[in-house]
Amino acid sequence: MTADPMRFGRRFTNLVTMGASAIVTVLGVAVLLAILAAVVGYGFEALSPRLLTDMTPPPGSNGGLLNAVVGSLIITGLGIAVGAPIGILAGTFLAEFSPGSWLTETTRFISDILLSAPSILIGLFVFEVAVVPVGHFSAWAGALTLAIIAIPVVLRTTEDMLRLVPNDLREAAAALGAPQWKSVVHVSYRAVRAGLVTGVLLAFARISGETAPLLFTALNNQFWSSDLNGPMANLPVVIFQFAMSPYDDWQRLAWAGAFLITAAILGLSILARVLFSTTKEKSR
Amino acid sequence: MTAADATEAALARGFRTQQLADHAFRGVTLTCALIVLLTLAAILVSLFVGSLPAFRALHLGFFTREVWNPVTEQFGALGPIYGTLVTSVIALLLGVPVSFGIALFLTQLAPEWMRRPIGIAIELLAAIPSIIYGMWGLFVFAPYFASHLQPWLTAHLGGLPLLGPLFQGPPLGIGMLTAGVILAIMIVPFISAIMRDVFETVPAVMRESAYSIGATTWEVVWNVILPYTRVSVTGAIMLGLGRALGETMAVTFVIGNAHDIHASLFMPGATISSTIANEFTEAVGDIYYSSLIALGLALFIVTITVLALAKWMLRRMALRVQ
Repeated sequence: MTADPMRFGRRFTNLVTMGASAIVTVLGVAVLLAILAAVVGYGFEALSPRLLTDMTPPPGSNGGLLNAVVGSLIITGLGIAVGAPIGILAGTFLAEFSPGSWLTETTRFISDILLSAPSILIGLFVFEVAVVPVGHFSAWAGALTLAIIAIPVVLRTTEDMLRLVPNDLREAAAALGAPQWKSVVHVSYRAVRAGLVTGVLLAFARISGETAPLLFTALNNQFWSSDLNGPMANLPVVIFQFAMSPYDDWQRLAWAGAFLITAAILGLSILARVLFSTTKEKSR
Repeated sequence: MTAADATEAALARGFRTQQLADHAFRGVTLTCALIVLLTLAAILVSLFVGSLPAFRALHLGFFTREVWNPVTEQFGALGPIYGTLVTSVIALLLGVPVSFGIALFLTQLAPEWMRRPIGIAIELLAAIPSIIYGMWGLFVFAPYFASHLQPWLTAHLGGLPLLGPLFQGPPLGIGMLTAGVILAIMIVPFISAIMRDVFETVPAVMRESAYSIGATTWEVVWNVILPYTRVSVTGAIMLGLGRALGETMAVTFVIGNAHDIHASLFMPGATISSTIANEFTEAVGDIYYSSLIALGLALFIVTITVLALAKWMLRRMALRVQ
């Protein structure tokens, strides 16, 4: 057997590249842990019961985040209430009514682009159509922005899920004489119910951290407000404003808010993931 | 009228009702699908209309001048455009090799039990909102960057010809390079997740035949897997670019928000999206306000083009899988 002169060089290259690949993977996981450690570290010490009982304070005094938390829940809740049904129905059209048609292909393409488009520009758009005409910022405008961001997320998941439904099920429904709407609502939806919920949860996780599009739609409000027609406090914008401020107590509150929002989003993402894998396994 | 006729009539009525219901349901879902299409068109039109005053006043010079002066109402987009491009390029230079390494690790190297948890950890990075990256970047990463990495970079790279000036300057912590690094972290989960999925579409028989003639893992990746998935990998990178171009909050926290163009990457800068985020609510006067919308229009057109190209490239992968 003759010695391969390239052998050492080839094995060395392999060793170096594989080592580098393992190192960057460790690095990626380390960054996740570093961010979580910072959020938990700074956020945890700032947690107190007053967070959920007091309003956002002026600089230099104690306070909480009550109005921001409630405002966020209202705005994201409205956003989901508007965006989720539209996303689910549009996804239904794509998967059930005209799979493969040019309209379906185009809609999916555009929806995927909207999914990754800069959210701040969706904020600009809503500012132009829902803030300028009425002359003031409003929680409604914020909710509309978030709904537009939520639609492509829900649409995508709904379509993917409905495509997992075996055609046998649809044919069985048709053979029994069920009209198509019944087959969709009582057979397809039921088969992938957990999957549809996954899409809504993912959208919820996505929009609850959105900050940029709320800057010029819902704006912010230092006080308690339940008026959907006026500016409303919300967690992301408060975090932004407080974190960028020079005041220590505001920055502490920003970390507390960051902790709340990260915990909520990671919780939702993990829940969505669990639901998703159960749906996928069931349909196999 | 016999009983049979009555039954038949009732059946026909029922049938018609169901037919109507079908049409109505189909109509509703169709409308929702059209809403998605119209949204994109509406965004484009509204940004275009909003930016008309700026284009009328400033003409195409808007895109080529560096000046940004709200007092004299002179606005040029060159600074933010430069900042957007530079931070995105840094993000790609750092993010693409890392994403590739992670995808390689997850598909070729990691033992089966390790793949899922690490894959999930990387994907969770994508779920963390932009504003958290911003806070982490400003309060944790930037101080460390200023005290450890920037002096090191200046000492080791600052003296290089051509590239040297990029790494000279005060170690402020915040600036273009910091923004680029944070962006890189943010796009890694997106790029690596797609690369991983793409690598898994390579038929096992191709990989195995390369192994059987004695190729190393690296040679299989470089000579078999990458050529096979070239188009989709480019698509994944473009998708990352699309994200980096439009990313707002994280950049706004760490870039320093200055409209000047500097040779040094350590100096503060601004991107299109950070400029809009910072100045839009404070903009006074039609031209100022319209200039910011014109920036938005430019960003929107560039990102949807990049994303459309990315989608088009990735579609070919989807077709191949089916």
